[in-house]
Amino acid sequence: MTGFTAIDIFSSGIRLATPYLYASIGENFGQLSGILNLGVDGIMLMGAYAAFFTTVKTGSLVLGLLAAGVVGALLGLAMAFISVTMKAEQGISGIGLYLFGLGMSELLFKKTLGEVQTVAGFAPVYIPWLSNIPVVGEILFRQNVLAYGAFALVPVSWFVLYKTPLGLKVRAVGQNPEGADSLGVSVARVRYLAVTIGGILSGIAGASLSIALLNVFQENLTYGMGFIAVALVYFGGWRLSGLLTGAILFSMVNALQLWAQVRGIKIPSEFALMIPYVITILVLAALAKRRIHAPAALNKPFERGEG
Amino acid sequence: MKEMDQRIVRVLASLTPVGAFLLAILIGAVMLVIFGANPLIAFRALVSGAFGNMNALADTLVKATPLLFVGLGICIAFRGGVLNIGGEGQLVVGALSAALICLNFPNWPGWALIMAALLGGLFAGAIYGGIAGFLKAYFNVNEILSTIMLNYIAVFGMNYLLRGPLIDPMQIKLGSFIPETARFPRATDLPRLVPTRLHLGVGIAILFAVLVYILLWRTTIGFRIRMVGKNIRAALGAGINVKGYMVLGLLLAGSLAGLGGAVEVLGVNHRMFTDGSAFGFTGSAGFNGIVAALFGQLHPVGTIPASIMLGALLTGANQMQRVVQVPSALVGALNGLIVVFVVGSEILRLRQVRRVDRTLRVASTPLSEEEKR
Amino acid sequence: MQSKKTFLLIAGILFLVFSLGIEVRAEPFRVAVILPSTIGDLAFSQSMYDSLVAVQKEMGPKNFQFNYSEKLYVLADAGVALRDYATKGYDLVIAHGAQYGSVLAEIAPDFPKVSFAWGNSRDNFSSKGVKNVFAFEIHAEQGGYLNGVLAAKITRKGIIGVIGPMNAGDCKMYVSGFKAGVLATNPKATVNITWTGSFSDVALASEAAQTHINAGADILTGAAQIQAGAVGVARQRGVYWLASQADQTSLAPEIVVASAIYEWRPLLRTLVKEIKGGTRGEKVFTLDYSNDSIRMIINQSVLEKALRGKAEKGTEKALLGKTEKDMKEGKIKINIE
Repeated sequence: MTGFTAIDIFSSGIRLATPYLYASIGENFGQLSGILNLGVDGIMLMGAYAAFFTTVKTGSLVLGLLAAGVVGALLGLAMAFISVTMKAEQGISGIGLYLFGLGMSELLFKKTLGEVQTVAGFAPVYIPWLSNIPVVGEILFRQNVLAYGAFALVPVSWFVLYKTPLGLKVRAVGQNPEGADSLGVSVARVRYLAVTIGGILSGIAGASLSIALLNVFQENLTYGMGFIAVALVYFGGWRLSGLLTGAILFSMVNALQLWAQVRGIKIPSEFALMIPYVITILVLAALAKRRIHAPAALNKPFERGEG
Repeated sequence: MKEMDQRIVRVLASLTPVGAFLLAILIGAVMLVIFGANPLIAFRALVSGAFGNMNALADTLVKATPLLFVGLGICIAFRGGVLNIGGEGQLVVGALSAALICLNFPNWPGWALIMAALLGGLFAGAIYGGIAGFLKAYFNVNEILSTIMLNYIAVFGMNYLLRGPLIDPMQIKLGSFIPETARFPRATDLPRLVPTRLHLGVGIAILFAVLVYILLWRTTIGFRIRMVGKNIRAALGAGINVKGYMVLGLLLAGSLAGLGGAVEVLGVNHRMFTDGSAFGFTGSAGFNGIVAALFGQLHPVGTIPASIMLGALLTGANQMQRVVQVPSALVGALNGLIVVFVVGSEILRLRQVRRVDRTLRVASTPLSEEEKR
Repeated sequence: MQSKKTFLLIAGILFLVFSLGIEVRAEPFRVAVILPSTIGDLAFSQSMYDSLVAVQKEMGPKNFQFNYSEKLYVLADAGVALRDYATKGYDLVIAHGAQYGSVLAEIAPDFPKVSFAWGNSRDNFSSKGVKNVFAFEIHAEQGGYLNGVLAAKITRKGIIGVIGPMNAGDCKMYVSGFKAGVLATNPKATVNITWTGSFSDVALASEAAQTHINAGADILTGAAQIQAGAVGVARQRGVYWLASQADQTSLAPEIVVASAIYEWRPLLRTLVKEIKGGTRGEKVFTLDYSNDSIRMIINQSVLEKALRGKAEKGTEKALLGKTEKDMKEGKIKINIE
C-alpha cells in the first residue's frame, strides 16, 4: 500500500504543478523584461472561463485552449500598455487587473452559462511504452496533455531565453534598459512582447484548470493561485530550474498533506494545509546564500533620457 | 503670472484621474445595461449608498478605516523599498490578538481592555510583518513571496482557532458549530457616534496618519527609511543599517495593519469570526489598502481622502447591487477597472505638470522653490 | 322562512364584500434575503434562492416578491444590507447564514415592525427580549446520514471519501451524519475525510478527490460549493458521487447517485403564514426530514447501475425506507463530533 501511495503523491504533485508552471513561467518572462505583473490570477480566471465556455459551446478542447490563449494575450497586452506606455505603478495596476479579471470572469460566467456544470476535459493520456515503466513511468507519463505541455515548456523557455536573440533582448531590457536602448533595441516593444507572452501562458494556466484538472468553472476558480505563481518566480530566482523546483515542491507538499488527511493523521486539518506554505518559506530561507540576479530594472518604468 | 498658469495647469492636471475615473464609470454603465439595469438608477443608488444620509456616511467612514490603517503601513513600507502584500494576514493576526485579550480578561475595566487589545493587535501585526522583514533582510526571502505565504498561514491558523479552542461555548451548546468566538464584553465596544455605526476607530486612524507623517518626515528614523527606499547604495554608503531598516519597514507596516484589525473587531464586529477565508473579515482591505495608499501618492495625509473615496465606492456599490439586483461580481469588475484607469492615467497628470515645469524653466525667470524641485 | 332567506342573502353579501375586500387590500408579500455566497453555487445559497423562486411560482409573482443580496460574506456589509432592507418595509428579511447572528441581534430590535428570520441556528434572541426574530435550524446531519446509508450499500471496496470545506457549521453536521450513516449500515467500512480549509478552494477539493480515489474510494461525497471541483474529478474517473445541499444531477448525470438537498419551501410557507397571521418572531423552526426540509433526490438510473449485481434493490424505498421511517420517528440519534 505504501509504494502505491508514494507514486500517487508524486503523480498528484506533477498534476497540481501544471497551472503553477504555466503561470510562473509566463510571469518570469515578464519580470525578466522588467515588468511586475500581479494580475496573473485575474488573467488565469479569464483564461479559465474562456476555455470552459468555448469548450462547452463548441465541444472542442483545442478551440477552448486557443480561446484561453487569445484572452490571455489581450489582457497581457492591456497590462503591457498600462505598464510600458502609460508607465503606471506596476504593482497596483496588477492588482487592479486582478480585481477586474476576478469580477469579469464571474460576470461573464453568470451571463453566458449561469449554472455550474462539468465538461469532459483533457483526459490523462498514457504515453505508449514510457507509461509502463514501473514507478517513474506511472508518475510522469500518465498525465494529461496540458501537463506534458507545462513540463515541455521548461526546456523550451530555457532555450528561448538563453539561446535566441529574442531571449537575449528580453533579459537585456530587464537588466539594463538604457544600454539596450542605446544599441537600438526597442525596450517598449520587447516588454510588450514579454508581458503578452506572460498573458498567454497565464491564460493557458487557467485553461489547464477549467478544462483539464478540474473540468468545471466557478467563480474565483483559482482562489489565489496566480499570486502563488508570482511568488514562485521569486522562489526560483528568475531561473527556470528554480521555477520548476518551486512549482513541484509546492504541489508535492500539498499532495502530501492531502494524503496525510486521508490517512487520518491526527493533526488538525488546518495545520496540514499550512505545511506547503511554511515549507516554501523555509526552503527559500535555506537557500539564502545562493546567488540570484534579479532583473535590475524590475518594476521601474523606462523613460529615455532618464538615468 | 507664470506661477499662476502653473498652478492652474496643476489643478487641471489633477483632474486627470477624475477623467479616468469617469471613463471607467462609463464602461461600468455599459456593463450595467448589459445586465438589464438602468445606469442612472444604479449610480444614484451608489452615491446615496455612500453619502445619502448620516448612516451611509458613517458606513463609508467605517469601511474606510481599515483601508486607511493598511494604507498608512503601505506608505511606510513602499517608501522604505519593501512591498507589503501581507495586509490580509496582518489584519487577521491583529484581530485575533485583540480577541484573545478581550476574552481572557473579562474583569478588567473597559478602557484598560481596549488599550490592551489595541496594543496587542499592534504588536501582533508588528511581529507578523517583522517575520517577513527578518526573512528578507537576513535570509534573502523576497517579501512578496513571504507575505503572500504568511497570508495563507494566518487564515488557516485563524480557522483552526475559531472552530477549535476559541469557539464560542454557546455554539457548542446550541449545536450549530459556527466558527466564531464569543461576543466580547460590552465594555470593549469602541465608543460610537450613536445612532450611526461610526466608531472611535476612525479617529484613531486619522491620529495615526498624523503620527506616520511625523515619523516619515520629522524624525531621523523616517528619513533613513525613505533613504533606504530611494537608494540602497547611498544608504549603505552613509552607514545606515539597511537590513535593520528593511525589517523596520515591514514591521511598521504590519503593526499598522494589525492595529487596523484590532480596531475593526472592537469597533464593528465585537467578536472574531471566519468564513473560511480572510475576506469575510477584512473585506479585502489588505489589497484595497494598497490601492488607497497609491491613490494617496504614498503620503499619509493623502491616504485619508483616498481611503474615504474607496470606502465610499465599496459601500455605495453594495447598495447599488441591492437596488438594481445586478450580480455583485459587476461591482468587483468595476472596482478593478477604476483602479486600472486611475493608476494608468497617472502618467498623463505627471506629463502635464512636467511639461509646464519645463516650459517655465526655459523662460528664464528666477528659480522659485517649486521649480527647484 | 323569509328571515332565513334574508340571513342567507346578507351572509352572501357579507361574504362577497369580505372576499373582495381581502383581494382589494392584498399586497404582495415582500421578502428580502442576504446570502453569503453566489446564488449559482449549487449549494447553500442556491438552495435558498431556488426555494424562493419556487415559492414565488406557487404563490404567484403578484403575491410574493423577493429581493436578494448575494456574496455578503463581509459581516459589516451584511449589516448595512439588513438595515437597508428593514427600512424599506419588507415583510420578512432572511439572513441566510450562520455568521449573521451577531449582526442581526444588534439590528432586529431597531425595527420591531419587521420580521427577521435567521439560520442555521436555534437562537432567536428571545432571551434578550427580541421579539421579531425567527430562528431556523436545518438538520444537515440527517441528509448526511441518508447519504451515508446509500454510500455504505453502494460501495464495493468498502472505502468512502468525504471532501469537506471547513469542519464547522452545517458542513460539520453533514459530515458527522454521513459517517454515522455509513458505519450504522456497514461497521467495517472506511470513511476517509479531508478538509480543504475554505469554502472556495475548488482546485484543492478536486485534488482531494483524486487522493481519495487513489486511496481506493469508489464513492465520494462533499459539502458546500467546493463540491463542483470534486464532482469534476469523480466524473472523469468514473467514481460515484453523493451530493449535498442542492441537486447536482445536472452537474454529472452519469455519476451522481443522489442529492440530499436543503428544501426551504416548507420554512418559507410557514414564515409567510406566521407573519400574515400576526406573529413576528420568537419561534424556532426545526427543519429536518420529517417536515420535508431535507429531501433526497435520487438519480434512479445511476442508482440502479451502481447497485447492479448487488443484493439490494435500487429504489429509495427499498434502500432507505426503514431509515427514513426511523428518522421520522426520532429513533436515530446522531452525534456531531
